[in-house]
Amino acid sequence: MGKYILKRIGYMILTLFIIATATFFLMKLMPGSPYANQAKMTTEQIKIMDQQYGLNKPIVQQYWIYMIGLLHGDFGTSFQFNNQPVSYLIASRIGPSMQIGLQAIILGTGLGILLGAIAAIRKNTWVDTVATFFAIIGRSIPNFVFAVILQFFLAFKLGLFPIALWDGFSSSILPTIALAMAPLATTARFMRTEMVDVLNSDYIELARAKGNSPWQTVAKHALRNSLIPVVTIIGPMAVDLMVGSMVVENIFSIPGIGEQFVKSITTNDYPTIMGLTILYSTMLVVVILIVDILYGLIDPRIRLSGSEAQN
Amino acid sequence: MERILDVQHLKVNFATFAGQVQAIRDVSFHLNKGETLAIVGESGSGKSVTVRSIMGLLANNAHIDDGIINFKNQDILKMTPHEIENLRGNDISMIFQDPMTSLDPTMPIGKQVAEPLLIHGKATKKAALKRAEEVLELVGITNAKNRLKDYPHQFSGGQRQRIVIAMAIVNDPEILIADEPTTALDVTIQAQIIDLMKELQHKIDTSIIFITHDLGVVAGIADRVAVMYAGKIVEFGTVDEIFYDPRHPYTWGLLNSMPTLKTDAERLYAIPGTPPNLLNPPIGDAFAPRNPYAMAVDYEAMPPFFKVTATHYAATWLLHPDAPKVTPPTAIQQRKAEYRALLAEQQDQHNTTIDEKIGDDLDD
Amino acid sequence: MTDHSGKIQIKPASFKPVAAANVDEQEKISAPSLTFVQDALRRLRKNRAATVSLWLLLIIIMISVVSIWWTPSNPNAQNVAYANLPPKIGQGIPGFSGQANVGGRIVDKYAQAKVPKGTYFILGTDYLGRDLFSRLMKGVALSLLIGMLATLFDLVIGVPYGLISGWHGGRTDTIMQRIIEIISSIPNLVIVILMLLLFTPGLGSIVMAMGLTGWITMARLVRAETLTLKSQEYVLAARTLGESPIKIAIKHLIPNLSSTIIIQTMFSIPTAIFFEAFLSFIGIGIPAPNASLGTLLADGQKTFRFLPYQMWYPAAVISIIMIAFNLLADGLRDAFDPKTQE
Repeated sequence: MGKYILKRIGYMILTLFIIATATFFLMKLMPGSPYANQAKMTTEQIKIMDQQYGLNKPIVQQYWIYMIGLLHGDFGTSFQFNNQPVSYLIASRIGPSMQIGLQAIILGTGLGILLGAIAAIRKNTWVDTVATFFAIIGRSIPNFVFAVILQFFLAFKLGLFPIALWDGFSSSILPTIALAMAPLATTARFMRTEMVDVLNSDYIELARAKGNSPWQTVAKHALRNSLIPVVTIIGPMAVDLMVGSMVVENIFSIPGIGEQFVKSITTNDYPTIMGLTILYSTMLVVVILIVDILYGLIDPRIRLSGSEAQN
Repeated sequence: MERILDVQHLKVNFATFAGQVQAIRDVSFHLNKGETLAIVGESGSGKSVTVRSIMGLLANNAHIDDGIINFKNQDILKMTPHEIENLRGNDISMIFQDPMTSLDPTMPIGKQVAEPLLIHGKATKKAALKRAEEVLELVGITNAKNRLKDYPHQFSGGQRQRIVIAMAIVNDPEILIADEPTTALDVTIQAQIIDLMKELQHKIDTSIIFITHDLGVVAGIADRVAVMYAGKIVEFGTVDEIFYDPRHPYTWGLLNSMPTLKTDAERLYAIPGTPPNLLNPPIGDAFAPRNPYAMAVDYEAMPPFFKVTATHYAATWLLHPDAPKVTPPTAIQQRKAEYRALLAEQQDQHNTTIDEKIGDDLDD
Repeated sequence: MTDHSGKIQIKPASFKPVAAANVDEQEKISAPSLTFVQDALRRLRKNRAATVSLWLLLIIIMISVVSIWWTPSNPNAQNVAYANLPPKIGQGIPGFSGQANVGGRIVDKYAQAKVPKGTYFILGTDYLGRDLFSRLMKGVALSLLIGMLATLFDLVIGVPYGLISGWHGGRTDTIMQRIIEIISSIPNLVIVILMLLLFTPGLGSIVMAMGLTGWITMARLVRAETLTLKSQEYVLAARTLGESPIKIAIKHLIPNLSSTIIIQTMFSIPTAIFFEAFLSFIGIGIPAPNASLGTLLADGQKTFRFLPYQMWYPAAVISIIMIAFNLLADGLRDAFDPKTQE
């Protein structure tokens, strides 16, 4: 297992290296000016600015400097936003994003597991129909539509929550719900399929034959066996969350990295875009790696054949 | 002899999209204390449905229309779900067909074997694991103490079936139901599991219902045999009576299709045709269309049980006094001759019991 | 177990032997046999949600096709005098009467704007006086176009990629899978955004980005399926007999992959539609003045406190399209893979 994890981390670093390199050179190809008010600047001023940002050096050298910087957690300096270091921008904005993201994933997977399990246990009853209906709605309706609907009814019409303001927990509720819909639907659907399979399996019948009540059977045998595969979809869901956070943060004016990313794009702030791209990719590969390791830890079949996985 | 289980006029229907499938059509039998009853029949004859009715483990679309299942003079069919749960894994336990899928893949086997004790409050956690270890040793898992924490995938198919058996006997059940316990196993492993079952018959005091489609397995293990066809029992008797003096043409067919050392023909005998559709079961003898000895009456009325001996009954019109005398297939006649010779031999040697004698013969 | 034999009276004549029925007769299968596709279509027709979705989508597709040549008004023509008119279909139809509640008074906006009699905007107009119904038609057409292109990428890149990777195996497979792994470890939104920066925002960049990432799931599924099929006896037999890989692919692999391909295509369409709408919503997709469901919704959201109709119709339309595609895809999957139902 240890060797397997090391190998995976090796691949992860390689992937990130390729992404960083690709992003860097793509940025160099970008049209458009890096300076917000370039139109008003003289050639002389631009030269000074270029020097200040190191843009006058040969591209390979710029690349080298950038990569070395990355290793130290230095993503360069933002061209916009008062010339703050990108790392500082990220640090100051990651809090709200993380809060909403984590709340959404906990709410989404938690409710999804519950909904999926109930739907499977009460398969082909009205409970199942209702759960399936919610799963379809959650999967189909785009998160930004959800966000807007929530904002309209709960915040604007009923005034239960702030419309677009970042101020503590109550302002995080609506964005969390909007973000949680997709993971909720995905989890519920996946959980239902897994649970239906498990409930049809022989070992569940054997558990019943041992004298377990239906509830005990679900709690002791069915739940764990259907939960293990659910771990595998956390990776893809994390991606959806990152994408979703950009638009949801925008709608609710949350000072997070998603909103920052959209802002950077519209203002051609290359260092910030690069930094955030690398950050998003890193988070993604790390989440996937953690999920894989977690899966190996909780599934005894993989845990003990870990040595085979190395090959 | 004390009847520990008495099933009377059991009728089970399955609701399907096509209509009501009459899976069990008036089945009655009993199980004596300490004996092994084999229920034999081809796939879909209703063997498994019968025992699942006893366990209260029928599928959701199944419905018990009629009947009584008395366990120690209490009707299981009238029990509350909770009362049946108290019975399951405690008084009546079951061994399933496929050991590869009947163990929880994410639970250590020690815990799984100890589970029935804990559910029924028979022991503390520690004592239950200790008992699990003992039972696992008993069923032939070597070094059980160190394997309690192992998971099912670390065992071979034969070992897993031993573990399933351990789970079934850990609570010293009154009745052990084995639902085709060897079907999913390799032939060599099959023999080992049958040997284990035979050994357990002696070691533990339990009555066994052994379900199989393989008559060859039955010979060595059963005291009595019930033959099922199309949701009904068509013949039952002691193992000798069924093997050496079968009366129902279906039993003849079954015995004929069983390979023996004497099978010299190029091909094995197969009963022609397929079982009837139980959506619309025939009014008469369900076996009639496949029966070379069929008579007009077989299509008109369902045959009742005709008594052959006090322990042997067969539901075929051939036993009716008005029926013409038919000659069974040669192989069956040979069996009868063998049986008579055996009986004669038995009278000579009083110290040999016939069961063992026949058992030995068939083991060859 | 009682002996009933004594009680039953049967005519002795009944005890005549009869010939056993013909065995072949018994083993005849009475139901007509259906091919796999027929069977799947039969199951699909039984699925009411999927059937309704299919019809709904057909209608939407037809309306979109019409919008290529004809819309009620020019979708991009501005007429500030007619700005923010509420929906009107006729007098006295609630919600579509052209009236608005201004400060507690019901006002006929059309009369205020001096709109000639007989001119109706059935979904109202936006802040620049553009006909929202025409814009919605164009937006839906754009979404469907994006969906079609996603299908195209799935079929033209995803399927061959997966087939080659799965069929060749070995080094080719390893390299091709490594590429997929790298592409998929960048959130595809990030790829899209990089594309949008590299090229000018608009349909072209979105399509380019889709071409880079949209086919990955399809390629993975096809590869996995190909790996299984490769080891099937009939494929092995064809290989042993020396059939060319292309022939095997056409004769044996594609037919067996078809259900996977159809189902996955049906899932990529809503994903692609979502993507375009999403990008346009955050303002980096389809540039003004062209309409997209995303831009319509974004515009509507800005003014929803006062003019909620401008938000509701695009929101409803995109939701209906997404739900219909997902239900149809679910239905197809259940129809082609019956075991998922039970």
